Amino acid sequence: MEYFLTEEQKTIKSLARKIAEERVLPVRAELDEKEEFPWAIIRDLADADMFRVFVPEEYEGLGGGCLELCLVVEELSRVCGGVAATYAVNALGSYTLIEYGTEEQKKRYLPDIAAGKKLTAFAISEATAGSDASAIRMTAEKVEGGYRLNGTKQFITNAGEAELYTVIVLTDPSRGARGASAILVEKGTSGFTFGKEEKKMGIRASVTRELIFRNCLVPEENLIGREGMGFIQAMRLFDRSRPGIGAQAVGIAQGALEAAVDYAQQRIQFGQPIISLPVVQDMLAEMAIQVEAARALVYAAARTVDSGARKITEESAMAKVFASDVAMKVTTDAVQVCGGTGYMKDYPVEKMMRDAKITQIYEGANQILRNAIAVELRKRKARTE
Amino acid sequence: MMGSYKGKGMGNEDYSGIWVFAEQRNGQIKNVAYELLGRARELADALGVELSAVCFGHEVDDVNGLIAHGVDKIYLVDSAELGDNQEDLLTQQLVELVQQHRPEILLAGATALGRAFIPRVAAALPTGLSADCTDLDIDADKRLLLQTKPTFGGNILAVITCPEARPQMATVRPHVFSLHETDGSRKGEIIKVDFKRERYTSRTKLVEFVAEVAETVKIEEADVIVAGGRGLEKAENFEMIQELASVMGGAVGATRVAVDEGWLAYPHQIGQTGKTVCPRLYIAVGISGALQHVVGMQTSECIVAINDDPHAPIFEVATYGIVGDLFQVVPLLIEKLKKR
Amino acid sequence: MNVVVCLKQVPGTTQVKIDPETNTLIRQGIENIINPFDTYAIEEGVRLRERFGGKVTAISMGPPQAETALKEAISLGADEGILLSDPAFAGADTWATSCTLFMALRKLEKYDLIICGRQTLDGDTGQVGPQLAEMLALPFIAYVSQIEEVADGEMRVRRMVEDGYEIMESSLPTVLTVVKEINTPRLPSLRGIARSKSASIPVWGVEELNADPDKVGLSGSFTRVVRIFSPQRVCRGEIFQGDVEDQVDCLISRLKDDGFL
Repeated sequence: MEYFLTEEQKTIKSLARKIAEERVLPVRAELDEKEEFPWAIIRDLADADMFRVFVPEEYEGLGGGCLELCLVVEELSRVCGGVAATYAVNALGSYTLIEYGTEEQKKRYLPDIAAGKKLTAFAISEATAGSDASAIRMTAEKVEGGYRLNGTKQFITNAGEAELYTVIVLTDPSRGARGASAILVEKGTSGFTFGKEEKKMGIRASVTRELIFRNCLVPEENLIGREGMGFIQAMRLFDRSRPGIGAQAVGIAQGALEAAVDYAQQRIQFGQPIISLPVVQDMLAEMAIQVEAARALVYAAARTVDSGARKITEESAMAKVFASDVAMKVTTDAVQVCGGTGYMKDYPVEKMMRDAKITQIYEGANQILRNAIAVELRKRKARTE
Repeated sequence: MMGSYKGKGMGNEDYSGIWVFAEQRNGQIKNVAYELLGRARELADALGVELSAVCFGHEVDDVNGLIAHGVDKIYLVDSAELGDNQEDLLTQQLVELVQQHRPEILLAGATALGRAFIPRVAAALPTGLSADCTDLDIDADKRLLLQTKPTFGGNILAVITCPEARPQMATVRPHVFSLHETDGSRKGEIIKVDFKRERYTSRTKLVEFVAEVAETVKIEEADVIVAGGRGLEKAENFEMIQELASVMGGAVGATRVAVDEGWLAYPHQIGQTGKTVCPRLYIAVGISGALQHVVGMQTSECIVAINDDPHAPIFEVATYGIVGDLFQVVPLLIEKLKKR
Repeated sequence: MNVVVCLKQVPGTTQVKIDPETNTLIRQGIENIINPFDTYAIEEGVRLRERFGGKVTAISMGPPQAETALKEAISLGADEGILLSDPAFAGADTWATSCTLFMALRKLEKYDLIICGRQTLDGDTGQVGPQLAEMLALPFIAYVSQIEEVADGEMRVRRMVEDGYEIMESSLPTVLTVVKEINTPRLPSLRGIARSKSASIPVWGVEELNADPDKVGLSGSFTRVVRIFSPQRVCRGEIFQGDVEDQVDCLISRLKDDGFL
């Protein structure tokens, strides 16, 4: 399919593929098995300027947009969804700073993020606040010298490894979600520790831990934007980041499709490669259609984000929901095509199937996002009546 | 050194005889020199010329013994300063001798040393050189050395000649020629050449040598090699290979996959990216026979393949084959050999 | 520290076939790459520049399309590239290639080190490094696996030999060939690729090098390729039949007959 990528976008995509194939592929099974954080790959990505992709040029980045980020995430995910998650979360952890941060904040942090010297993370979920993100309880009390943070964030990707955390906290608990604010916290700040490493079904090369704050004092200048804007900032962030999850899903599905085709061509049953069986052909064709449709929607949504359009909730939710459902379906079918072999850990498709599942869950469960899309539909209908 | 361009017009009839550079290390002449002499003797006879060996070193053992390998003349340069093969000195000394005595062919082993300094000799003379040859022949009519060398990692072979310049030079891969019977009754002459150190400069210095391979049997020199590949599945299973090797009095080899997996150390690796071996007996266990491996062992006198896949390409080069489960075959083989 | 890295563009596979009609290599559909052994030379040059400053110049002799290999070298960290290309350079053997590189290096300003890969993927000769050193009258060290020290116009390196390694010292400038153990080449970077795209690669031919046409290309080559062919496999041997016991007995009896036991 012709997606009219620019020369620069093609370069980004092909270099990301090269890294994935040369550096990630040889270790992906081991990273998955041992749940190891892929530091060596992070360094390779940094050396290749991949962390510059999503940082503005003024701060030593390459000034890419959502589409450029999606291209990198897609290619990494084609080989390993876990490595891709680790990478992509850096964009998630930087967007709020890039969009709402002061010049001083940006100058202080972004060059190191662009160089890959500092990883970032974003924290909103809590034990009581998942799909209902407005139910967060963690507080930031204004005291002399800054904010005193108390509370626990749950299921935070890159926790423990990242140097810089954007944390959504309540600066005014009495106002609920309207009292939420985004605050930057550096690793090593007194009173800021990490919970145990979660054991996950998939994306096991990424790390997931709790962030634990006990009277953790951060300076006032760590507030991003204005007090009370945190929830809005977070929602806007997710609108921009969801095509990235879609890209992760497309990449995982693409990898599974390729593995299934390879296997079907090699596997001889009834005296012929199983790819010559009509039932298998039908499955593979359907998988290919789904993957390509998902890619087209993800790229289109990413371009919508990059167009500067203000209302992008629907488009980015659609891309994420559709692509993640495709990833789950395609990876499941890939395991089916590969049969008993596919079910074994020696073959990559079972890992892809496990990795795919999270894309339906995080950054808004697909049910919540479908609901959000439906709400928009109703609103539009109401406006026209 | 760029002045004396080509032997053109100088008259190739001025050049006569075959020389073999007899490389020594720590005072021992390397096996490759004897291998080369066997083949070079045949080439010299085909041309009807003398065969000479050139030996540079210090108190080298058994230089006389070269005569029994077919040599008519030995040019021996003995000096304490040549003991550690300083390449600058070897290059200059060899260039000078060649210019003086004008052999029509000069051969050397394609060892680390040979491949490093022989090209410099060729550049300085200057004349043509082919590297890492696996076969040598003579076109007696044209008095040309036909040099067969692998290219593209052994997937293509090329026959190279050096039609005009002399000497015709080649480095030859160790173990491609087998040792010939020695003839103790042969007569030959040792010509001692003074080493005039003051005429040469050496700009590189050997500070220290560190031996790294702690093998009991060197696979390049072993008569019997038992090698294992992917079919062994894990490092522990190489104990079985080790045991078969020790029963057979041989060395242990491995494919690239086995080495990449960490089952065995790199010095055991046989193939394009490892060593080329030519034992009398090569037993390939759980080795599919990928080209990259086969190029490193296909000249073995007898190849035994044990593999459960009847279509494995290793059977195409095997003298004897057992299609079966190596975990049954090998222990039984060891047991029966031990009983003998 | 100014480093010159010599590299060659080669077909990206050794699985080449011979066209039975023309008896030439089939090169169609094979992507060209930087000779893998040369990527270690580039990386080592770039690391030396990162340590000591200076610049890395990549130089290659080849057809016009070899420009892409030099651009790739820039994307991997080299500062500049020079392409030695002229129809007269075609068909060069290692001597004529070394001679062409020699003439180009004469034109270059001061350099402290010349690094080559240990050999090429296609020709497998490993001769250009030492021959170039000889022509330039520079010291030469082969199979370098580690550069230990560079100071005061001297360097100390570790080089691999069959049974271990040697620590060698040399004055600068010097010529090295490096082995894959020396480093892990980095991947290109996006900024490096952008730089390589805008870099212009000067092309030096016979005229620019002021070369004697008799010393380059086929006419400057001492050697001739008489023919090329694919290696022949030994024919299939004997496969033993029966159960495991029979097979093993058969093998032992054959090995005994052949004098191996």
